[in-house]
Amino acid sequence: MVEKIDQAQVKKVAKLSRLQLSDAEVDEFTHQLSAVLGYMEKLNELDTTDVEPLAHCLPITNVFREDKIKESLGTEKTLANAPQRDGDFFKVPKILDDSSGA
Amino acid sequence: MPNKLLNTGCKELRDKIASGQIKSITATQTVFDAIEKYEPAIGAYISTFKEQALAKAGEIDNKIAAGEPVGQLAGVPVAIKDNMCTTFGATTCASKILENFHAPYNATVVEKLLTADAVIIGKTNLDEFAMGSSTENSGLKKTVNPWDTNRVPGGSSGGSAAAVASRLCFAALGSDTGGSIRQPASLCGVVGLKPTYGRVSRFGLVAFGSSLDQIGPVTRTVADSALMMDVIAGHDPADSTSVDEAAAPVCDYLEKIDEPVEKLKIAVVPQFNAGADKQVQKSIADAIDVYKKLGADIIEINMPHLDYAIAAYYIIATAEASSNLARYDGVHYGHRTENPKDYIEVYSKSRAEAFGKEVKRRIMLGTYALSSGYYDAYYLKALKVRNLIRGDFTDAFEKCDCIVMPVSPTTAFKIGEKIDDPLTMYLSDIYTIAANLAGIPAISIPCGFDNNNLPIGLQILAPAFAEDKLLRIARMYENQTDWYKRKPPMIS
Repeated sequence: MVEKIDQAQVKKVAKLSRLQLSDAEVDEFTHQLSAVLGYMEKLNELDTTDVEPLAHCLPITNVFREDKIKESLGTEKTLANAPQRDGDFFKVPKILDDSSGA
Repeated sequence: MPNKLLNTGCKELRDKIASGQIKSITATQTVFDAIEKYEPAIGAYISTFKEQALAKAGEIDNKIAAGEPVGQLAGVPVAIKDNMCTTFGATTCASKILENFHAPYNATVVEKLLTADAVIIGKTNLDEFAMGSSTENSGLKKTVNPWDTNRVPGGSSGGSAAAVASRLCFAALGSDTGGSIRQPASLCGVVGLKPTYGRVSRFGLVAFGSSLDQIGPVTRTVADSALMMDVIAGHDPADSTSVDEAAAPVCDYLEKIDEPVEKLKIAVVPQFNAGADKQVQKSIADAIDVYKKLGADIIEINMPHLDYAIAAYYIIATAEASSNLARYDGVHYGHRTENPKDYIEVYSKSRAEAFGKEVKRRIMLGTYALSSGYYDAYYLKALKVRNLIRGDFTDAFEKCDCIVMPVSPTTAFKIGEKIDDPLTMYLSDIYTIAANLAGIPAISIPCGFDNNNLPIGLQILAPAFAEDKLLRIARMYENQTDWYKRKPPMIS
């Protein structure tokens, strides 16, 4: 049976999803996602040529409020769950490579 | 008389506490005694707050003794699903990625429960990030069905449904993105209401599918469901999708609960119901007969697009989930991998280590459906089918007050039975997901038992913002039957 999605595609989607998958997971997900995507083919039975897409089931409009400063969480509460912090900042590993010449 | 106390309805308990006949501290202690006895076998709770709950109960008792006014849930011990933010305890979503997350604010529903003087006793288990139909996807613990501990409680609000069914709280909150309140309510023999999208604030509910998610009550009776709605429904400026009450007024749901709906017209969808197990079909037919005897007019309708709901739903819900769960980046909160080799690994390894398989699958599926080259074929197509499904409901409600159908095609299935086959698990959501796609309210109420003494649920669906009518219709059935009074044999 031809799978709806192959391992190379699964790896690409995993990269887009920022999920580092093991080879076993790539294999498992290829089969499982293929089965699910195969089922979704069902939607093609319906002619939707003149149908508008419905992203939201209720009429949603922009909600505005006065541009006034309100109380916010504050630094301590915001940083309280940080895996690593440095003073008043979230700490992350170095983003730029030293050899980039920048 | 602890057993009798635990079987008391929320309204009756509240009134007895408010009038001083029962102390909230007694009710709360009785619940914790039951938790001590049964929770090791059931596994409904991720966390409990005994000290805090007893202190709060004491405060309420003191207020009452001093003659001060108290709220609509004064002293009533309730539980909340652990995907709603609380400043007390952790808010885990049953995920290892949030295992140690302490929310900096309370969800609006939590604030509303506290304002109503409810006693929050604990936070219940769920499928990780509410993704699942059995609670087996919890990354933190296992919950079983109190009617048969070899079976699942349903999901994703399996902890809330199991806790209510086992008398380990008087009522609970759940969240429903594709049936996650109604299906576990059905499988555990309790009442579960998914309100109209926008009726209850989602502020502080950890997002899964933002155009589908809705918080609602899990209770033992329809009246209790109405009381909980009185507390939690309403507009919230903090949730931009919560509906303006001028456009759709919130009713006093409990006050009118015993007014039967005159000239009730109920629709059934025969071709759609035929997919359920024979015993489920029989119970639904019997329930329809109860309504007939009450004078309801039953009509048969065709809803041609319902068969496409699962396919559309699992594209839309996963697309929204893949976007919502991008926030778990290992930077701001939640799990971070040790020793990442670069900043990309902060994301990709942290997420890989701490998300469970179903969450990964859904993120992948949603990312795929939104990715370049597939967007039109999957996501856009699904949104168009969503419109057709909503159209089916609009047409149907021109002819009837409500639609009835099963909640789940089967009663509770065995633990492990479907966990390795995601598609089969998704297909079990056939009856519940259309309501989320259309944004309408729907309720699950107990309507019988199968040969294995497992509960069966009746689903009633109503037009948007017709919760008052929906609850009254459900109450008409409840008043004629006593299924809701049964309790799991293991609970003495």
